[in-house]
Amino acid sequence: MSQSARPLSPHLGIYRWRVNMWQSVLHRLTGLFLCLGALLLAWGLIAVASGADAWSTFAAFCASGIGTLLLVAWTWALLFHLCNGIQHLFRDGGSGFDAAQRDHSRTPSYFATGWIVIGASIVLTVLVWICLFVRSSGGAA
Amino acid sequence: MAEFTLPKNSKVRKGKKFPAKAGAKNVRTFRIYRWNPDDAENPRVDEYEVDLAACGPMVLDALIKIKNEVDSTLTFRRSCREGICGSCAMNIDGGNTLACTKAIEDCAAGDVKIYPLPHMPVVKDLVPDLTHFYAQHASIKPWIRTQSAPPPDSERLQSVEDRKKLDGLYECILCACCSTACPSYWWNPDKYLGPAILLQAYRWIADSRDEDTGARLDELEDPFKLYRCHTIMNCTNTCPKGLNPAKAIGEIKQLIAERKGV
Repeated sequence: MSQSARPLSPHLGIYRWRVNMWQSVLHRLTGLFLCLGALLLAWGLIAVASGADAWSTFAAFCASGIGTLLLVAWTWALLFHLCNGIQHLFRDGGSGFDAAQRDHSRTPSYFATGWIVIGASIVLTVLVWICLFVRSSGGAA
Repeated sequence: MAEFTLPKNSKVRKGKKFPAKAGAKNVRTFRIYRWNPDDAENPRVDEYEVDLAACGPMVLDALIKIKNEVDSTLTFRRSCREGICGSCAMNIDGGNTLACTKAIEDCAAGDVKIYPLPHMPVVKDLVPDLTHFYAQHASIKPWIRTQSAPPPDSERLQSVEDRKKLDGLYECILCACCSTACPSYWWNPDKYLGPAILLQAYRWIADSRDEDTGARLDELEDPFKLYRCHTIMNCTNTCPKGLNPAKAIGEIKQLIAERKGV
């Protein structure tokens, strides 16, 4: 009897997603997104060097709705990549793997640190933008 | 480049439904992946209603009950029914584990979903092809490698402390739950060794009687074989024996870094 080619068993679509998988995906995506942010930074630096007109175009883009949205997103991307990078640093140093595995009733520490990374990145983003608003409104007064 | 979607011949279709017998008291539905190599059909998910009042407590009990009483074509591996042979490793309720040690009542509410180990070629139904996995295991030469002659009148002895270093490593039953839970292994199964094999590699590196540690580290120092591990931790989280492959991989990375004087 002829046999058909073996199928590949399902993977991403059936596996239960936990915080650790989101961290890994987000680390890649924020890394890519930060590359685009580097282009914006380059535009800003070129605008500074090119004079007042170029700078005001750049500043107007940053102050626009979409510009502000992108800047907030880039702030979070940078801070998430940083916080997750710190977790990677600890793991490379041999810690953060959880010692006692046999107790399945509690959340493993490597999931707890994942939530800390995500929480810290959001809190830091909010803090950065509060500081920016306080400074800019203080400057205007 | 990683393929995130299933190939055309692997897309899963809706399957048949097998209702419970009349008078069943405590019915739970099992949704089970089916694929038969003898017809040209795509894989499908069949639904079996099982009366838990007349069934053992473990997922394997339900599978055996279905095979005995409802559908004798259902194919899966099993042997010891006590978590030591590793044969019945499969994806149950979204995570890889052994069907014999996974209690039905520990599965999340709703239908119990059962698939073969993820991202593997399927031989039939819940049976994956582990040929490549075993070849990778052979590639790390998982036996004691020595330079010195053995003592003429005794075995190679080991202190109690050195023996303790093998705890958490020797218990691995090579069920492949961890490797097939690892997204890095999904995307690079040909080049990345995966958590199970790396834990085995570390088992020999950590063994005080083995005298080939340098060569073992040389063989692993490779961007793909070892360093595709991005500490996603799915391996450690899924191990049915409660072992920590991610930590073993971390230890190997550290030994290589220390060797370089970092």
